[in-house]
Amino acid sequence: MFSKVYSAGLQGIEGYLVQVEADVGDGLPGFHMVGYLAPEVREAQDRVRTALKNAGIRLPPRKVTINLSPADIRKDGTAFDLPVAVAVLAAYGMVGPAALKGSAFIGELGLDGQVKPVRGVLPLVSALRDLGWKRCFLPVENVPEGLAVGQIDIVKVKNVKQAMEWLADPGKIQKESIHEWLLAEGSQGYAYDFCEVNGQRLIRRATEIAVSGQHNILYLGPPGSGKSMVAQRVPTIMPSLSREEQLEISKIHSVCGMLPPGKALFNTRPFRAPHHTVSLQAMAGGGKYPKPGEVSLASRGVLFLDELPEYRREVLEILRQPLEDRKIMISRVNGRYGFPANFLLVAAMNPCPCGFYPDRSRCSCNERQIRRYLGRVSRPLLDRIDLCVEAAPATYGELRGDKENEPSQAIRERVERAREIQKRRFQGSGTFFNSAMGNRQVKQYCPLGAEEEDLLQRAFQGQRLSARGCQKILKVARTIADMEGARQIGKSHLGEAVGYRSLEEKYWGKEG
Amino acid sequence: MESQGGKTKGWEGSAGAKEREKEYLYWLCKLALLGAVSIRKLYEYFRSFEAIYNMEERGLRKTGILNSRQLAALGSWHSHFSQCRQEYRGLGERKVRFVTPLDEDYPQRLREIYDYPMGLWVKGRLPEDCIPSVAIVGARGCSAYGGQLAREFARILAKGQVQVVSGLAMGIDGAAHEGALEAQGLTFAVLGCGVDICYPASHYGIFNAMEGSGGILSEFPLGRGPLPHHFPMRNRLISGLADAVLVVEAKAKSGSLITAEQGLEQGREVFAVPGRITDPLSIGCNRLIQQGAHMATSPGDILEYLGVKCRKVLILNEKNVNGLAKKEKMVYSCLDFTPKHLDEIIRSCGLGPGECMGTLLELELGGYVFRSANHYFGKKL
Repeated sequence: MFSKVYSAGLQGIEGYLVQVEADVGDGLPGFHMVGYLAPEVREAQDRVRTALKNAGIRLPPRKVTINLSPADIRKDGTAFDLPVAVAVLAAYGMVGPAALKGSAFIGELGLDGQVKPVRGVLPLVSALRDLGWKRCFLPVENVPEGLAVGQIDIVKVKNVKQAMEWLADPGKIQKESIHEWLLAEGSQGYAYDFCEVNGQRLIRRATEIAVSGQHNILYLGPPGSGKSMVAQRVPTIMPSLSREEQLEISKIHSVCGMLPPGKALFNTRPFRAPHHTVSLQAMAGGGKYPKPGEVSLASRGVLFLDELPEYRREVLEILRQPLEDRKIMISRVNGRYGFPANFLLVAAMNPCPCGFYPDRSRCSCNERQIRRYLGRVSRPLLDRIDLCVEAAPATYGELRGDKENEPSQAIRERVERAREIQKRRFQGSGTFFNSAMGNRQVKQYCPLGAEEEDLLQRAFQGQRLSARGCQKILKVARTIADMEGARQIGKSHLGEAVGYRSLEEKYWGKEG
Repeated sequence: MESQGGKTKGWEGSAGAKEREKEYLYWLCKLALLGAVSIRKLYEYFRSFEAIYNMEERGLRKTGILNSRQLAALGSWHSHFSQCRQEYRGLGERKVRFVTPLDEDYPQRLREIYDYPMGLWVKGRLPEDCIPSVAIVGARGCSAYGGQLAREFARILAKGQVQVVSGLAMGIDGAAHEGALEAQGLTFAVLGCGVDICYPASHYGIFNAMEGSGGILSEFPLGRGPLPHHFPMRNRLISGLADAVLVVEAKAKSGSLITAEQGLEQGREVFAVPGRITDPLSIGCNRLIQQGAHMATSPGDILEYLGVKCRKVLILNEKNVNGLAKKEKMVYSCLDFTPKHLDEIIRSCGLGPGECMGTLLELELGGYVFRSANHYFGKKL
């Protein structure tokens, strides 16, 4: 007898429908699985047979054939154990076809018949819902993820025995209800707050500008000046997550099996700080069947690269495309995979190998060493970093000072206002932030008055800025003006923007 | 022995014969093992460089001037003669001159010193004998304040038609050259390597500019790299080419002190810029003053010594701030000659970061403030 059960597989971070077909027929008793399967999927036959046996279900010795269709897409992962088991039961006639109508199954089986959690449930269930499925059977641990998708009934399955009982009598099926907390939006739950950062007015200010206009930022400074501390707090001042953003972030983390246990959706923006020994594949995403890398895990949040010059050159170069396109494309023999990579790049580095330059009483590096150290950061990457600030060496008074610092909440409100202005400005243009403006948009949205033009000209000549540097100054000045709610870029906005720029020109200027 | 300075006083024979002699001298100067004094003594003995070339080892040994290692090296060096001659004849194309004591325009100041070089490779011009000349030397890892001082001293001296001599090194040397170039004065660098090598490479801009506004000199042949033992040797030329030596910043143990010491031996006047006694970069200078060097508190002190008239009393001080707006004055008053980090300035001036940065940019473009390596700002002299 023939049966058909539905499940879903993962391709990149999107799910697709998989039909699990089972046939029980005459012939030598055996269990065959076909359909372009990875080893772990093929091993399902042993798990399923043993699990069914241990659940007290006796299968008469017949020839069983399983096909996973579409048969030309390679299937991997262990999520097909449960649908295979159900398909086998249906093919033996132990479960009626009526109960299977409109239902999909996802889950791994243990030898004792227990249903175990799998990764990627969020995109899988989303795909099923979008294709019109009404009900999905999930392992207990994955239920919150399934509920987060919405508009599809979620049934939790403890073990294969329970699944069989429910399918035998569909009236008894209990669907899970949505919990209130699942729907809570916002940015609650950060472990850090900006009020813990003492002093560092300059860095605080620059960080606020960076987040307001989604400008990538580079911190320079001696060791222990608080660069990492500030970077860690950048997500806390980013705008609250919208529902779509939450889903996007959670999907990627779900595919990587990195959702926090018992939680369905991220309500904080991700902060990814890969160590500088990170490999190309780990950064960009990779593998024969690509998984998202750090750039995608950091999407909608912050990618923090500490000790920037220590990263391997290829790893830094790979960031160039995602920084432009806000997504990353990975090509493999069996297809191209696109992952979102819409992150804010925050980088930190010492100004020289020992870290104390320009404090010559402590720094013993010679010019050549410093040049070589700085030279490890490539020009094209620097071109994508709009802001460059230097951390001041911490003073004791500031460290121990108990002055009340501004909390993240207050900064976030200002950031959200500035973002709102940008949203209105770029409506329908495909651009979302000042940092993403093209040359034409810069011309359109950053007009200068006569006085400002004069100041920029003098700065251009006096500080030997490059043409690209000039563009960046205008973009940053636009953001600073937006933060004040000013329509026109003023002299003070421009002056400040030049200040953030000239540091980079000084370090990586043409002279070197 | 004749009196110093009299022995090689220009060539009195025909020009052709002089060229021949110079070819042989060029060959001798290219040999690293022979020093200036050895060559001079040989010349005094044989009265001709050609004769030295033609002399057998026995004859050279008899003079007792050279040791056996030098003799062996000289013996095997003969095979390089034609190569040296070819290089010598091709110097014109490379815009390099080879100046020897046989030449009329060999700097008179150098003839006065004991171990004057027998050959100088020159790019650009030579220092003029009749124009006063000052050497400005100091630490390579100087402070921003020291760099500013060197630049300012050099600028004002060059404006007063004084030639500025230094060594093109990082720090004070480079700043001095830059200052003199800024005033479009004459400035000369004595290198510790061949004049076709720019060391340090980051001073390539100055190096290039100096070919047109002064010159680059070295007693080391073309292509010779900057070896450590070259530097004390070239220091004697820096002081030798100057009438006075100014030390701007020097640590307790510093090459600049060697220059100052050699300047004293050569009978040059030594000036030092005083500093705070706790400053490591001022220990050398303060000690020089303690030992009797002149204290230089303004370029006027040196100009006065050189007998150059200057119209007004020169006092290095901060700029006149009358023309500044109120906000600019506020920020300016928080600054110092030692650069401060922007964060500190923001804290003390009471303005927001944005306003403060904008104001500083105005001040910087107006020439009131300078920015050292990065977000550090200081008052400009």
